[in-house]
Amino acid sequence: MPDKKPVLEVRNLTVALPKGADRVHAVENVSFTVNPGEIVCLVGESGSGKSVIAFTVMGLLAKALKPTGGEILLEGENILAASEDRLRQLRCTRMSMIFQEPMTALNPVMTCGEQIDEVLETHTKLDAAARKAKIIAILTRVKLPEPERIYASFPHQLSGGQRQRIMIAMALVLDPVLLIADEPTTALDVTTQAEILKLIAELQEGQGTGVLFITHDFGVVAEIAHRVAVLRWGELVEMGPTEQILSRPTQDYTKMLIGSVPSIVPAHRGVRRDGETVLRTEKLGKTYVSKGFFQKGRTVRAAADVDLDIRRGETLGIVGESGSGKSTVARCIARLIDPTEGKVYLGDTEIATLPPGRLRPHRRKVQIVFQDPYRSLNPRMTVGDSIVEGPMNFGLSRSEALARARTLMETVRLDPNALDRYPHQFSGGQRQRICIARALAMEPELLIADEAVSALDVSVQKQVLELLDEIRQRLKLAVLFITHDLRVAAQICDFVAVMSQGKVVEYGAAEQVFGAPRHDYTKALFAAAPGRHWDFSKASAA
Amino acid sequence: MLDFIARRLIAIIPVLAVVAIFVFLMLRLTPGDPAAVIAGDNATSDQIAMIRGKLGLDLPIWQQFAIWIGDMLHGNFGESFFFKKTVVELIQQRLEPTLALSICTLIIAVFTAVPLGVLAAYRQGSWIDRIVMGFSVLGFSMPTFVIGYILIYIFAINLGWLPVQGYVRIGVDFWQFLERMVLPSITLAIVYIALLARITRASILEVLNEDYIRTARAKGLSTRVVLMRHALRNAAVPILTVIGIGIALLIGGAVVTESVYGLPGLGRLTVEAVLSRDFPTIQAVILMFSVVYVVINLLIDISYTLFDPRIRY
Repeated sequence: MPDKKPVLEVRNLTVALPKGADRVHAVENVSFTVNPGEIVCLVGESGSGKSVIAFTVMGLLAKALKPTGGEILLEGENILAASEDRLRQLRCTRMSMIFQEPMTALNPVMTCGEQIDEVLETHTKLDAAARKAKIIAILTRVKLPEPERIYASFPHQLSGGQRQRIMIAMALVLDPVLLIADEPTTALDVTTQAEILKLIAELQEGQGTGVLFITHDFGVVAEIAHRVAVLRWGELVEMGPTEQILSRPTQDYTKMLIGSVPSIVPAHRGVRRDGETVLRTEKLGKTYVSKGFFQKGRTVRAAADVDLDIRRGETLGIVGESGSGKSTVARCIARLIDPTEGKVYLGDTEIATLPPGRLRPHRRKVQIVFQDPYRSLNPRMTVGDSIVEGPMNFGLSRSEALARARTLMETVRLDPNALDRYPHQFSGGQRQRICIARALAMEPELLIADEAVSALDVSVQKQVLELLDEIRQRLKLAVLFITHDLRVAAQICDFVAVMSQGKVVEYGAAEQVFGAPRHDYTKALFAAAPGRHWDFSKASAA
Repeated sequence: MLDFIARRLIAIIPVLAVVAIFVFLMLRLTPGDPAAVIAGDNATSDQIAMIRGKLGLDLPIWQQFAIWIGDMLHGNFGESFFFKKTVVELIQQRLEPTLALSICTLIIAVFTAVPLGVLAAYRQGSWIDRIVMGFSVLGFSMPTFVIGYILIYIFAINLGWLPVQGYVRIGVDFWQFLERMVLPSITLAIVYIALLARITRASILEVLNEDYIRTARAKGLSTRVVLMRHALRNAAVPILTVIGIGIALLIGGAVVTESVYGLPGLGRLTVEAVLSRDFPTIQAVILMFSVVYVVINLLIDISYTLFDPRIRY
């Protein structure tokens, strides 16, 4: 029996927020332990304090936040009382951390090898040759191909998954007892995510490392966690073994949270293909050509031979990983970029090649809701002005447009009197509702939602999805729903097109594509979906 | 990369052509007759006409231009009307003090301003930050000649540590050369220190918010390594850009500084040439400065690739 003394014990931890914040404590009275060889997931929505806990353990909290109570014991040593020098010694030797964004977490101007070498140089007395050998060994252990080449590569020459492997290699090169992983797979594609989760699990099991894994995704929790702690507003709601929390949660908040996770089993939506066709594409394609003065041109086919059609009252989902061309297709359809091949029919009008002057009247008919509600509203305009800007541009008087805006605010369940407020006064979910209202103000025939719920917390996501579906039904809208999230697609789409490398590889009714995928890529995509064996709807029923 | 350098070097030609036309026209179209200046106060109009004929000033303007361009393409920049020497000789003589002043100024400015900027950014809001920023405002708002006279008054006259004025060639006596470089370089450097410290502080502040700085700290690296190895190198591109612009501005600043400290450099040569309507000298100096400016910009662009591997030409 191995030593079962916990590697990490957090006792009554309280972290104060600066004065004037929306609450007094970022984290309040939180206690939990991580044992050797165990993966503990901290799960919660944004603002739950899960990342604050991770940064407190590493001693990397922003200066504005101060731990005001409790203890954090790393193998029995209270690191809240440790000096800055002692903390530096502990980092990467006893406790390591990997982060959410592998794209930005590595220094862009140093080679990957140098960056790992720094760890060894700082914490060991090994000579250059021994360090190099150790780095090559760890690069091999995290299953990077051609370790010698990777050693000399700069981060921008590697893919997202490879970069996260570099981060993991860096974190584990000195065999720490504790690994803190802060949403390490959130920014990755689903197939890459599956590989990284597998890698983390393998490595920690082999070395008996304790892992504190922070995530908002219950799919990931189901996949990797031994025990789960649910956080809300800085407080621990409930903690227990994964199986128990996911299937028999005792707290209402946990039940609500798990109940909000969309099921991967597609909803039966009873599609009747009887509406008129709103949008049809024929061999739509977009090729980018970059040409140098002396060099030969480089061509990238972002999308090719895309045939889609959407009828009134229908939702067509395009699912795919990053770089699959799904957003390119959406942008071509909205003519935000000009397609290079094929045709786009909006009703009976072919708009792919229409010159800007004649395109303008058709602009109104296609509206987009973008991914990031924090950046897609102009921060210096009131939300009312944002909403009425489009209709007024198409000839409506200000008073008419404002009247429409007030009705739409009610449609998206916001207070019509809030029209004179600015975007920063709303939460993320509210802002996305405003974006939907802004799009609807144009009375479009086709609404494009480009990852419109991907940046939202799961409970908010559920509300926005329900709202979108209700509006679609009521207004008989055609909706093009772009997403990387299979669960979301399963719940909202009537039809699904799976894209990979610019091509539609599988296209059909959602129930059919999800129920019996035919193409290998689709199968691989479903196989990689985290927590696919777990039916989250059971918990909410319980 | 070589492709890029070749293209940039070719691009110098049109730049110089435009500068040449401008310089030529600007000087010819301004009132005042250099022949009269050369001939002196007591010259007859015949003497002036003769000098004018000898210098080619009576030819149509386009012919003057053609002759001038032709000469320059042969490396013949003509003879100074005023100094009675070839312009090439003149510039060679005056090059050393200006070059020495510029290099010393740059070294002082970069090695003072960058550490100050990094420190100010790291201790944002502290007294160090406030002093550096306060000094920055002061450095901007004080004219160079005022700084020059204050420094002379304190260090040369009151304390007597350094000579007041003058220049000793580097080959003649290195220590005397250095002694006479200290005050002019500091004088000229102050405004660059102010500028560079500000830019360094701003770029470092931006970089310190990046995720890879957090990663570097999570690795247990010391503050010095985080700042100098991770932050500074990533902040280098804007800092280098400003250094490049600074070198160009240096040339203007050198005029005043050279006058205050009596250095026989290109700055003073330019002033003297302008005052005496010495066309060949003015033209050559302006053309030379524009070449220097274009080449320095090219060097700065190339140096970006040393600091940031993502930049490829």
